[in-house]
Amino acid sequence: MSTVHRRLLTGNKAMAEAIAQEMERDENVFVMGEDVGAYGGIFGSAEGLHQRFGAERVRDTPISETAFIGAAIGAAAEGMRPIVELMFVDFFGVCMDQIYNHMAKIHYMSGGNVKLPMVLMTAVGGGYSDAAQHSQTLYATFAHMPGLKVVAPATPYDLKGMMVSAIRDDNPVIFMFHKTLQGLGWMDQLDYSVGHVPEEEYTVPLGKANVVREGKDVTIVGIQMTMHHAVEAANQLAVEGIEAEVIDLRSLVPLDKETILNSVRKTHRLLVVDEDYRSYGMTAEIAAIVAEEALYDLEDPILRLAVPDVPIPYSRPLEQAIVPGVKEIRKAVEQLVRH
Amino acid sequence: MSIPLEKLKWMYETMVKIRLYEETMVQVYMEGKNPVFNIGAGTVPGEMHLAAGQEPAAVGIGAHLRKEDTVTAPHRPHHNAIAKGVDLNRMTAEIFGKETGLGKGKGGHMHLFDTDVKFSCGGIVAAGIPHAVGAALAAKMKGKDWVAVAFIGEGAANAGAFHESLNLAAVWKLPLIVVVEDNSYGISVPKAVSTAVPFNAERASAYGIAGYYVRNNDPVEMYRVSEDAVKRARLGEGPALIEIETYRYLGHFQGDPEVYRGRDEVPALREKDPIVRVKSLLVEEGVAQGELNAMETRARRAVDEAYQFARESAYPHPGAALEDVFDLSAQ
Repeated sequence: MSTVHRRLLTGNKAMAEAIAQEMERDENVFVMGEDVGAYGGIFGSAEGLHQRFGAERVRDTPISETAFIGAAIGAAAEGMRPIVELMFVDFFGVCMDQIYNHMAKIHYMSGGNVKLPMVLMTAVGGGYSDAAQHSQTLYATFAHMPGLKVVAPATPYDLKGMMVSAIRDDNPVIFMFHKTLQGLGWMDQLDYSVGHVPEEEYTVPLGKANVVREGKDVTIVGIQMTMHHAVEAANQLAVEGIEAEVIDLRSLVPLDKETILNSVRKTHRLLVVDEDYRSYGMTAEIAAIVAEEALYDLEDPILRLAVPDVPIPYSRPLEQAIVPGVKEIRKAVEQLVRH
Repeated sequence: MSIPLEKLKWMYETMVKIRLYEETMVQVYMEGKNPVFNIGAGTVPGEMHLAAGQEPAAVGIGAHLRKEDTVTAPHRPHHNAIAKGVDLNRMTAEIFGKETGLGKGKGGHMHLFDTDVKFSCGGIVAAGIPHAVGAALAAKMKGKDWVAVAFIGEGAANAGAFHESLNLAAVWKLPLIVVVEDNSYGISVPKAVSTAVPFNAERASAYGIAGYYVRNNDPVEMYRVSEDAVKRARLGEGPALIEIETYRYLGHFQGDPEVYRGRDEVPALREKDPIVRVKSLLVEEGVAQGELNAMETRARRAVDEAYQFARESAYPHPGAALEDVFDLSAQ
């Protein structure tokens, strides 16, 4: 009999460990962004890197997102492998030209001649009363633009493994990490923001969804926080005799259609849950794919849960009313299975 | 005169090549657009921004650059590209939308990428400056004495990317040189209407970096100040801002009605043509007419060959539109 040693890390430490190991492995890897130096990133993504690698390779920047994200593009074109942090995804507006028109398009417009091996890591998500300019996920805003890989890991294990994959990828990758899943001492303490993370390097591929709970009655697709909520809802539903299968999407681009379709062909019911806005978003995309490719496998109409089309409000009861949680997921599944 | 003769000859031949290239494009661009002008029709569809008259900016600093130095340029890029040594055949094929083009026909005239000589350009005003900052950062981190040059128009000096980039490059003391080509107009809006100071070069003081102003589209003065800026950048002394008063002989784009300037403006500018001025200098230096003719012939031949290459190249197959979104080589 063997015992498995479980090495527990928070989400942020898992990310930072991935970056540190890649910086050790490849001298072209470097980090820049606001407060990534001595502070270690406002959400801990660069914890300890400055102390270990110094100011040359872990660069604090001025509040100039256009300049330093554009500089990451320019450095990547020269063969460097920059990891650049956009502190909150909500700040995209001040630098979206560099992301949408350059980072996403230069490889294509150059006929594949220019490679941009860069990672743009950015904090997403709400649930802690930070209001409409600091609580968005904006998954779909980035996933909509061709030319960007967009990933959103939900566990410390995946944060490390997918960060290693993102750094090694020769394409630009938007790496979204959820603030509340970083396991920071000053936010909600969630069990799933801490998890087993092997010390040695490993990769988790970009573009592969993960069936985190098997079930036969309904498929629930979630991402980051909504995936964790879905698992909790599924555990409660099991008491009622409903077995839900939960898929952690992990990656918006590339999108793992097969895992979703295979699950729906088994369960014949689909609920998609998102922390992004409802219209034109991830839930709509997945619903459309299933309608196009597996409509006749469905026994019931597809259900979607997402932020209704309103900005994220500040006040606790208001925010809790619009971000889908365990209760809403449970109710939606009950409606779907027992209609 | 402060320019080595070989450099001056290179500047002359390159300026002639640029001018011939742009004048040829004026003709080619109109193929298939008569009798009714339709921007999407003809041999070369789409927008066309030509740089005839703006040669001094490109060659004055280009004379100091090496293959390893990076150049970024904006939507009016041909002169900058030619002076950097971009493959003229593949550049022209790109502008024709052919599969042999630098970007296999996916970029067009505003989006030319030649990795061999580290040249790129783009269609968003001021957006190339941060890319040059990144190239300069890469050079510094690799311990090389390479420099990065960002060409922009004077209108771009009012965009946020200009301020952010110069501040960042100054804070990090990067080998970045921003060259402002002041051709007096942001499309139709005169500089005096858009810009709070008469000379953008003065803005260098806001970043504690060197600023240079070159009057009268002067290639020799452009060479001289660039020599200083490039040398300082290679020595690790930080960025510089150069502004040159230059002339745009043609419209903002081909088809521009040019209602914003008097009919006598361009003829007056042409009276002071910089190519003629450089040619006189070469004659003063004792360069024989035969050698000048040979330089002009070489330039003509390179331009003709490029257009012929583009004409004879095939269009990409439509399915190629779906390729090159991602690099798949590692998979």
